[in-house]
Amino acid sequence: MTVASLLVATTADEAVEAMAEGARPVAGGTDLVVGARQGKAALPDRLVAIHRLEELAGIASRDGSIAIGALTTHAAIASDPLVLERLTALADASAIVGSHATRAWGTIGGNVMNASPAMETGGPLVCFDATASLRSRSGTRRVPVAELFTGPGATIADPDELLLTLEVPVPRDGTGSCYLRLEYRRQMEIAVVGVTAVAAVDGERVTDARIAITALAPTVRRVPDAEAALASGDAEGAAAAVAAASAPISDVRASDRYRRAMAAVIARRAIDVAVARARGDLVPVPANQRYWGTAR
Amino acid sequence: MKVPVTLDVNGVRYPVELAPSTSLLVAVRDAIGLTGSKEGCDDSECGACMMLLDDRPVNSCSYLALQAEGVEITTVEGLADGDVLHPLQAAFLAESGVQCGFCTPGMLVSATALLRANPTPTEDEARIALSGNLCRCTGYDGIVRAVLSVAAGE
Repeated sequence: MTVASLLVATTADEAVEAMAEGARPVAGGTDLVVGARQGKAALPDRLVAIHRLEELAGIASRDGSIAIGALTTHAAIASDPLVLERLTALADASAIVGSHATRAWGTIGGNVMNASPAMETGGPLVCFDATASLRSRSGTRRVPVAELFTGPGATIADPDELLLTLEVPVPRDGTGSCYLRLEYRRQMEIAVVGVTAVAAVDGERVTDARIAITALAPTVRRVPDAEAALASGDAEGAAAAVAAASAPISDVRASDRYRRAMAAVIARRAIDVAVARARGDLVPVPANQRYWGTAR
Repeated sequence: MKVPVTLDVNGVRYPVELAPSTSLLVAVRDAIGLTGSKEGCDDSECGACMMLLDDRPVNSCSYLALQAEGVEITTVEGLADGDVLHPLQAAFLAESGVQCGFCTPGMLVSATALLRANPTPTEDEARIALSGNLCRCTGYDGIVRAVLSVAAGE
């Protein structure tokens, strides 16, 4: 692990300039430094530390949208009243990333730009139609998060582009959402299988649905067939469509067959929680507690 | 290619020279000489290296030391008041929360972070807050009892 230089940026402008000159960003280091230690990818030769950029941290409501700065930590997201109420699935996701130390330093920007197929926050962001603002020396462009991921650990962002903000339109009233993952332990876990469900209801009837899969394909992505089934009132069909759309790998955490078998189970549970929340039932965050109990 | 940096550990400012890739754990143990924080997995899994940056717990094995300039770093050595043990340390002894002792510094630091953020945790909250800390002796019950006894003011 050799690094030639580390610049602690004091403004986003300074960070973007350093990235234009070849430096790569580090915030909490919870993926980057650990990945380097495990031999996944060496630390970049030149680093720009962006952890002091308060302009990129925090959650703000503006013009019908919720803007989440790239440096907002998982702990901050999981305890934000607006996120808990309006983007509940995102709170479910951030609340179960790593351990309390991971959540104290790990940022949503890092989670998104690392683009793991098992990332917790990706499913909620694509279901909520989040847009990422990417900035380089030549300007800022806005990209739907659904178009950001191109493969495991890969995004369409250029190496010199810094994620500034994730902007999420506020879902309409009567919308409930849930992110649920299959896990073997309560903390320091990586999703074995994950499903995000977002449901809008009119009385008892589901009128609109969004469903995305995690750790079931090379990238987090939505499943249109499942969404169509749920929007026509067929939750069981939606869960089956999730399993049918899955193309999981076998690795140390699960076989592909097991993942595919569990995809329908986790989808059905995530849908149930999303619909229950849409109808006004209280299902505490994180939803995982409901199915895997508490810490004991 | 080392760079000069000043780290504020337990209220003492230490000027040191570090390579940019140096972890906070290696800086504190090797460059500063405070060896209470342990290297277990060196991979953010075990929590033996837990420190506080201001009041937030960090796996110091996976945090770059140069990023810690300008914040208050607390290690297990900073918990006691001179020869008077921190209440958590006393409770770990009273409740048999220490076996081999390797996880103890990280457990104490995680518990300190918990009680600063939430002075009256439930047992479940305490277990979640400590679940990034592994005890290879599996002595969790005594550790949780100790944390809850301090929270209860015993």
